Amino acid sequence: MSLNVSSYPDIAEAARALARDRAARYLGGGTLLMRAVNEGDQGFSTLIRAPRGALRAVRGLGEQVEIGAGVSMAEVLEDRSLDFLHEAARGVGGPAVRSMATVGGNLFAPSPYGDFATALLALDATVARVRDRGTPIELRAFLAERDREPRAIVASVTVRRPAPGTFRFAKVSRVKPKGVPVLCIAAHLPVAAGRIAGARVAYGAMAATPVRVEAVERTLEGRTLDEAGIAAAVAAAVDGLDPPTDAIASSWYRREVAPVHLKRLLLGRNG
Amino acid sequence: MTVEFRKDLFADERDDNLNEIGKPTQRQDALGHVTGRSPFFDDHLFDGLLHLRCVRSPHHHARIRSIDTSRAERMPGVVRIVRGQDVPVNLNTLLSLLDFGRDDEPLLSVEKVAYKGEPVAAVIAETERQARDAVAAVRVDYEVLPHVLDVEEALAPGAPVVNRAYPNNSFDYHDKYDHQKLRFGDVEAAFAQADEVVEGRYQMSPIEQAPTETNGAIAAPETNDRFVCYTSTQALFFSLGTAAKLLNVASNRLHFIGGTVGGGFGGKVDSLNEPMAILGCMLTGRPVRYVFDREEEMQVGAPRGAERWYLKDGVMRDGRLVARKLTGYFDSGAYTRLSSYAIVKCTGHIPGPYTIPNVHSDVFCVFTNRTPATAMRGFGVTGVDFAIECHMDKVARAIGMDPVEFRILNAYRDGDMKAHRREAKNCALIECAQVAAEKAGWPIREAFRQMSSLRDGGGERARIPHTVTDEHGRIGERRAGGTATPARPAAPRYAAMPPAPVAATPPAPPPSVSPPVAPPPVASAPVPPPAASPPAASPPAASPPAARPQPAPPAVSPPSAEPYQPSQPFQRGVHRPGAGRFSSISGTRRR
Amino acid sequence: MARKPLQFTLNGSDKAVFVEDGRNLLDTLRRGVGDLSPKYGCGQGTCGCCTVLIDGAPHLSCLVLAETVEGRSVETAAGLAGAALHPLQQAFMDNFAAQCGFCTPGMLMAAKALLDRVPSPSREQVVEAIGGNICRCTGYEPIIDAILDAAGRSAGRRSA
Repeated sequence: MSLNVSSYPDIAEAARALARDRAARYLGGGTLLMRAVNEGDQGFSTLIRAPRGALRAVRGLGEQVEIGAGVSMAEVLEDRSLDFLHEAARGVGGPAVRSMATVGGNLFAPSPYGDFATALLALDATVARVRDRGTPIELRAFLAERDREPRAIVASVTVRRPAPGTFRFAKVSRVKPKGVPVLCIAAHLPVAAGRIAGARVAYGAMAATPVRVEAVERTLEGRTLDEAGIAAAVAAAVDGLDPPTDAIASSWYRREVAPVHLKRLLLGRNG
Repeated sequence: MTVEFRKDLFADERDDNLNEIGKPTQRQDALGHVTGRSPFFDDHLFDGLLHLRCVRSPHHHARIRSIDTSRAERMPGVVRIVRGQDVPVNLNTLLSLLDFGRDDEPLLSVEKVAYKGEPVAAVIAETERQARDAVAAVRVDYEVLPHVLDVEEALAPGAPVVNRAYPNNSFDYHDKYDHQKLRFGDVEAAFAQADEVVEGRYQMSPIEQAPTETNGAIAAPETNDRFVCYTSTQALFFSLGTAAKLLNVASNRLHFIGGTVGGGFGGKVDSLNEPMAILGCMLTGRPVRYVFDREEEMQVGAPRGAERWYLKDGVMRDGRLVARKLTGYFDSGAYTRLSSYAIVKCTGHIPGPYTIPNVHSDVFCVFTNRTPATAMRGFGVTGVDFAIECHMDKVARAIGMDPVEFRILNAYRDGDMKAHRREAKNCALIECAQVAAEKAGWPIREAFRQMSSLRDGGGERARIPHTVTDEHGRIGERRAGGTATPARPAAPRYAAMPPAPVAATPPAPPPSVSPPVAPPPVASAPVPPPAASPPAASPPAASPPAARPQPAPPAVSPPSAEPYQPSQPFQRGVHRPGAGRFSSISGTRRR
Repeated sequence: MARKPLQFTLNGSDKAVFVEDGRNLLDTLRRGVGDLSPKYGCGQGTCGCCTVLIDGAPHLSCLVLAETVEGRSVETAAGLAGAALHPLQQAFMDNFAAQCGFCTPGMLMAAKALLDRVPSPSREQVVEAIGGNICRCTGYEPIIDAILDAAGRSAGRRSA
C-alpha cells in the first residue's frame, strides 16, 4: 500500500491521530521505522510526524530525572546529569545512529535491541504517554503492552537517579560497542551497611522485551558484592527465562553466557 | 609500512628490477573514491527510470501451481509484470558460454522453485515502493515439496530431486561419473604399508561475500537499436554473453558498461541482474533498475558453497606421507553456476602443495535446496586447503612431528610429478615456511632450515606411477543404491605388491634425530633429469643412501621402463547433442 | 502518491525538490538532486555508506525521512573539496584508505563529524567515530591512520 506522511502542529494532535488509525506509526528518530519503510513493510500506511522540538526536555526533579522521549542518544551523552546512562547510550549503534535514535524509540525496539530500555528498567523507570497527561505507568507494564492498540506516543520517562557507583551496565556483542547485543545487563545495586539493599537487575535480548530478573534480585538481597555473596545470584542467572534464538545468538548460547557476564558485572570485572 | 624483500631466495631466477612491487603506487581511482565520483553502476541518472523487484519463493522446494498477478497489475505505478514465459530463452547455465554443463536454471521459474528466494515473477513500477507494494500483492500458490539441505543426504537414494537437469543430485562429469576422479598410484596398497593412517572430517559453512555495494544493473534503450547496461558485475563479458543468450539477442546489440565494483570478492559474477534489467527495458521501452537490497544480497545472492571433506592419510613414522585419499562434497545449492568448474579446479590442486606418491580423490558437485553457490576468493581451492592444512596438523601430531617440519619434509620440489600429471615448477612452499617460522620465532631444526625447493626434486619423484583406476560411481549408480561401497576396481597394471625398497623405509628413528636429507638414488630407468639446474656444489648423490629419511620415491610402484600412457584420449567438458547455439560469444570458436 | 516540496541547503547551495511521501534522504540526494556521493549499502542503518551530516551531526540518510531536512543544512562527500581537496580526502589518498571506494564517502563524513568537534582525537575516538561504518576491503587500519593523519599526526603510526 502506498505511504502517507501526516504532520501535526503539536504532539497532542499527533497522539490523537495515532490512536485513531491502526495503520499509522509515529516517527520518532526513524531508526526503526524508516528501516521498515525501506523494506516495504506492508503493516502500516501512514507516518505521523510531530514538530522536531517536541519532547526533548530533560528535567531534574529532585532524586528523579525526567527525560523527554524525543531526546536522542547523542543528547543523552552530552548531558552530564545523565552520566549514569552514558554506558547504555554509548552502545546504541554508531555515532550517526545516536544522532537519530531516541529514548522513546528504544522502548519499542524489538529484541535483541533495546539496550537503553534495559538500563531504564533497572532504574525503576516510569513512562508517561502523551494521552495520559500525568498518569505514568511502570516501564515493566508498558513493555508488556507496547504493541497493543490503540498506539500511544511516549512523552517522557522518569528514573530514579542512582547514587554514584551503584548502577552498572554491560553490553555483550561481537562488534564492540555498537553491535547488536547477544545480551545486555543493567544492575542497580544500592548498598546499606556494606550489603545490597533493593537490587534491581534487568536483561536485554534475553526475552521478547527487556525484563527484570527477580530470581537474581532476590538472591542478591542482603548479600555482599564478592564472589561468595553473589554465588546464589549467579546460579539463578537464567531462572525462568527462555532466551530468543535469532541471527545473533541461539537461546542455548545466551543461557550459557549470561551467568558469566552477570558474574563479571557484579564483581566489577567487565570492560 | 615497509616491505621486506627476501631477494636472497631464488636470486638467480629473475631480473631484480621491481618497478611496482613495494612502491606506494597510487590507485588510478583514488581521487574518484575520495570525491565520491568513482562511477559505480548506480551512479547514472535516467529520465523515466523504472524499478524492478522480484517475487521470491519463501520455500526451499516447491511446485508452482499458479501465480496470480491480477491485483498487482492494477496497483498504482505498476508498468509491467514479467513472468517466465516472457523470457526468450528461460534456461541457462553460466558455463554454457564455455560449452560446459547443461542448461539448468531459469531466469524466472515457471514449474518449481528449488531454493528459498528463487524468483518467480518480476514487477516493474515507477518507484521502488510501488514495486514492493505490488510484489506483496502477487499471490503464488505453492505446493511445498520435501527438501534436502545436506550434501550426503542429497546423494542418497530417495532424496528429493533438486535440479531437473541432474536427476541424481550431482553434476555429471565426462558423461560417465557422478564425481570428478583423480587417481595416482595405489592408495590402498600404501595404506597397508603405512606406519600410521589418520582420518579426518572437515566441514565449512557457506560464506557470504557481503560487499558493501549490492548486486545490480540498470538497463536503458539506446537510439541505435541497442541496449546499454550499467552493471556491478566483475565479469563483464560473461554477463554480456549470458544476457545475449537468455534474451536471444545478438551480442552486438548489447552495450555493457562495467562500473567501479563496490566490492566483488567473487559474488558479482552470476549475471542475474543484467538479463532481467535488459528484459524489463525491452518490455517497457524505458530504463529499468534491478538492484538487490541488503536482505537479497545476503539470502539470495550466491555465497561460496559449503564443502565437506573426508581425508585419509598414510604416513611413515619418519614423517613421509605415502598416501592421501580425499572425498569432497561441494554444496552447489539448487543450480550449477560455477560449481562444476570449482570441482575441476579443486582436483587440479589436490593433494595440496606436497609430493605424495599415492593420491586418490573423488570430488562431488552436489545439488541441494540451498542458495546456489558461486565464487569467492579462490573458490575450489580455499575449502580443500582448509581441510588439508587442518589434517596436516593432525597427522603431524599423530606421529609426534613438528607441523612446520612435517610440511617442509613433504613439500613439493621443482621437478616432482604432481598427481594430475604435471611437473612442479617454481615451488616455494619450503622457503615460505622457513621464513614464516623465522618471523614467528617458531623453532625448526637445522636440517629443515637447509632444505630447498630447488633440491631433491625430480628423479624418482618425477615418475608417473602405475595407477589403479576404477569405474565406480557411474552416473545414476549411487541413486539406484549401487555404490555403498566402491565397485570392484579395474585390474591393476602390476602383478603383485613389491616389497618396499629398503632404502626408503628406515627403522623409525625418533624425530629428534635429524640427519641431512640426501637426494633419492639415481634410478636405472631412463628418466630424464629434472629441469631445475643442479646446485653447483653437488651433494653426494652417487651412493644410494642407506637408512635415512628422505623425500622418498613412491613407496609402492616399481620404476617403470616406459612412460605412462593414458588409456583413453582426454576429453574436455560435457557433450550436448547438436551444435551449441552459444558455443562462443562471437561466432565460431577455433579450438 | 502525495508529493511535497522540500527546500534545504546541500553543501552550501540551496536545493529544492519534490519528494513522495515516505522517500528517504538518501534516495532524494541521489536521484532527486543528483548528488551521487552517498551510497546505498543496506537501507537498514547498519553499514554507514549513506552517512551525511545534517546541521553538522552525522546521520544515516537512508533512515532520514527526506521531508525532515526542510530548512536544514546537509553535507555530503561531494561537497568536501573546495579549491583543493579537504585534508581528509588528501589523507585518505596518501594513506591508501580506499580500495573499492564504496564505503569512502560515508567514512569521510563520519570522520569530518569527528574532526569538526574534536580536532585532535585519540585513536580510540577515531575508532568510535567510524564505529557505524563498515568496510569490507581495507581492514580499517589505513582509514584510521588517514583520519589521524588528517588530524595532524604522523602518517602510519598506530598505537598499540
